[in-house]
Amino acid sequence: MCRIGAIKSKVPFHPSKALYLMLPQQEGHDNSGFAMVMQDLYGRFAEYKDKPLLSVACTQKGNKLIEDFMDNNNFNPVYEWIPNISKRPGLDIKAMPYYIFRAYDYPEHYADTTPEAKAELLLDIRLALRELLEKAGQGYVYSFWPDVLTLKEIGDPRDIAEYFGLWKETDELTAKNIVVQCRQNTNYDIVRYAAHPFFLQGYTLCANGENTFYTKNKEFQKSLHRGYIGFESDSQNFLYTLHYVLHELKWPIKYYKHVITPLPFAEITTRSDRAELTAIRQSLGHLEINGPNTIIAMLPSGDMMTCCDSKKLRPVVVGRDENTLAIASEVCGINTILPDRDKTLDIYPNEREVVLINERLEVERWKQ
Amino acid sequence: METVKMQDVSVIDLPWKIEYQSDRCTMCGSCVATCTFNAIEAGVERRSVTVSTGHQPSPTQRHSAVPVIRQKASLTNACVGCGMCEKVCPNRAIRPIRNLDSRQNLLARTGGATIKRGGRTNLNSDRTLDKIIVGRISQMTDPALDSERHTFDILAPFGRVLSPKELPLAAVGNDLKLTTSTPPVNWIYPVIFSDMSIGALSTRAWEAIALATAYLNEKHNMPIRMCSGEGGMPVKLMQSEYLKYTILQIASGHFGWNRIIKAMPEMKVDPAGILIKIGQGAKPGDGGLLPAAKVAPHVQAIRGVPKADLMSPPNHQGLYSIEESVQKMFLSMNAAFKFRVPVAIKCAASATSVSVYNNLLRDPYKICGGFFLDGIQGGTGAANEVSLDHTGHPIVSKVRECYLAAVKQGSQGQIPLWAGGGVGLTGNAAADAFKLLCLGANGVFLGKMLIQLCGCIGNEQGRCNSCSTGKCPTGICTQDPHLVRRLDIDKAAQNIVDYMLALDAELKKLMAPIGNSTLPVGRSDALVTTDKAIADKLNIQYAC
Ligand code: SF4
Ligand code: SF4
Repeated sequence: MCRIGAIKSKVPFHPSKALYLMLPQQEGHDNSGFAMVMQDLYGRFAEYKDKPLLSVACTQKGNKLIEDFMDNNNFNPVYEWIPNISKRPGLDIKAMPYYIFRAYDYPEHYADTTPEAKAELLLDIRLALRELLEKAGQGYVYSFWPDVLTLKEIGDPRDIAEYFGLWKETDELTAKNIVVQCRQNTNYDIVRYAAHPFFLQGYTLCANGENTFYTKNKEFQKSLHRGYIGFESDSQNFLYTLHYVLHELKWPIKYYKHVITPLPFAEITTRSDRAELTAIRQSLGHLEINGPNTIIAMLPSGDMMTCCDSKKLRPVVVGRDENTLAIASEVCGINTILPDRDKTLDIYPNEREVVLINERLEVERWKQ
Repeated sequence: METVKMQDVSVIDLPWKIEYQSDRCTMCGSCVATCTFNAIEAGVERRSVTVSTGHQPSPTQRHSAVPVIRQKASLTNACVGCGMCEKVCPNRAIRPIRNLDSRQNLLARTGGATIKRGGRTNLNSDRTLDKIIVGRISQMTDPALDSERHTFDILAPFGRVLSPKELPLAAVGNDLKLTTSTPPVNWIYPVIFSDMSIGALSTRAWEAIALATAYLNEKHNMPIRMCSGEGGMPVKLMQSEYLKYTILQIASGHFGWNRIIKAMPEMKVDPAGILIKIGQGAKPGDGGLLPAAKVAPHVQAIRGVPKADLMSPPNHQGLYSIEESVQKMFLSMNAAFKFRVPVAIKCAASATSVSVYNNLLRDPYKICGGFFLDGIQGGTGAANEVSLDHTGHPIVSKVRECYLAAVKQGSQGQIPLWAGGGVGLTGNAAADAFKLLCLGANGVFLGKMLIQLCGCIGNEQGRCNSCSTGKCPTGICTQDPHLVRRLDIDKAAQNIVDYMLALDAELKKLMAPIGNSTLPVGRSDALVTTDKAIADKLNIQYAC
């Protein structure tokens, strides 16, 4: 089983906080990996917020392939963060030779294009890089997006953190948002792409559970968007549907829940918006999910969202203090990083509820 | 001794032989009276009896004439194995036995006539569905549901579904609002009572099914829909509230449509849908056939025809082409009910089904609200045996191919797929339906099985299948008022209701272990098969 977590703060914080959130939950997540997406970066990346940032794990050859490709596509590197790698023997990590966290300048002719055009370009570049590395068997590209950094590796999260020097709380690498998860996808082959959080054009998502409508979601999503690829994990379905509803259909966020866990017909017919809900359930029936699930999503704006499956077979809890809010599968993680919070304010969303947290840490909750 | 010519038909040539025990028979005559096929008769046989009554053996032989029941050696009066004689015999003195050495097929084409019969194919009863198992059972990470405790959404669409991007939705603040109307879609139970007409069925059998439909809707909240079959339905029913449970059919003969159109102004509610029948799985190349023997006065009235063989043409005739006439029909049917009633199409499964489905999916008017695919194991009231046994297409791979064709273009679910023709052949319709859903069907339709629940004793091994003769021994497929009375409407309806309630519970029993609370349409990952060829063809997991 997975355990998932996220931290959102008014002040930038160090990734070690994400580790402290996750480690107490380790009985449930088996410590087989570590993956996080950081958004709204501070520290070294603070000056490069508008520059697309590439997150890659690769070989030396892979690095060369990337350099050539980016060069050919007129992306010039402007800054690279090189983690202070610890090579202490005995660390449980299946490390790749190279990790790239590199910010680029857009090609000149893109300087004045719309954000939409830029978003499409960045996706195309990431997909092309992925194909390039995959074909050559030389690495993995996780995200290519301004102000977003992804780090994923296989092994014990404590050791992975040590390897990347994440235990030492410095100002070098901080962020206001982190979505995190400490387990490889143990259902199937251990592949780096199967580890959540997943990322697509500003949308980040991780999920705890099992999506039994994986096949039917996948078969539908494949033809919806060129970015819906991979499908190494059944949780990618959630991300693609989130992207589809918000980015492609441009629907208000509350309809996401109506798509993934639609209300029973009997309930829909009693509502005033039944015509709309029925139309949605009809046309997006193949995006419905089933099985036990909890998701945590981060939107391009930095807003975070969490909700559960329609039977609430997987729990999630939201806790907060003045400046920091955390979402986690188990409350023990939140107790560790926010021990002095007012626990009566903790939120345990129910199966029909959605919790949305905005930039000012204001919490909005609604029932589907 | 009677002279027998070598070429004479004898009982040994017939498909069924009567096993008769004269020592048990009291000559009550029940069997002869009940046999609608006139296959047996009372007669007299000469018997030689040897008796010895004294203390010492002193046998004497005498000859006596005894009355007996015997089978007629006649092709036109051949026993069909219906077993009614056995059923009514108080002394268990008579029963039909299948004759493996029958020569009927060689002899029955007298006068150059084709063999006609009803029922189903007797050659192609091999079952792919039984080689498929629901093999993905939730064990740990995705807990199975409790079929008694959880709620399940067991509904299927009938109507044209738009793709997400075609939905006329506009955001008004935080809400989406439909800006124009969308094609009508009715969410109904995923099992439709298939199209069997009044004419093919007796009024009582039709009524039993209609009764069961209404009861399941009104008392059990199961939104079952029944298709009228070609030839229309009683005007009173069309003017009643119950019309909403009925899907009206129009087939190539257009029988009954005059009356339907005339009844429209009187209709209080809309019908559940319109089903345009192009073809039928049991006899793909043929149109409907109602032999004159079954065109009783009330059938003449409902259909508006004289007493004659009623043959629907094999396709919908138009001035220009079939496509054009079907297109016109779609438009006029949609228009007739002001685009409030979904219109679907039923075709016989065929090697060409995928291209038909593709054409419907790509139709810019988006007026096809369902693709009903009928496989070779479907039933019929009357057909040429050569069509029944030698034409058609298995349904399972065809549904799968259509679904995957839609998947390829991202349009799965837009024209709901309904599968029939052999569903419930072994009596387990829930399992059949479930597997077909996993392979991509949205729902299934049942026909033969319903009349079997009413009492039909026909089967795939040549038993009875005499629906074309007007002599149906169970009163289901005949218009003969004496025979029709054999059918107890209430009991027949009750059997259907009971079966459907069990089917509903069984569907839940299958949905729960795979952890689904809604129908697993397209969940091919839930299925495995121990047959490699089936695995490859259907793109499901092979297991051994
Ligand atoms: S089995 Fe049926 S057809 Fe044959 S003799 Fe008996 S009643 Fe007649
Ligand atoms: S019992 Fe009636 S309906 Fe059944 S096969 Fe015989 S004739 Fe047909």
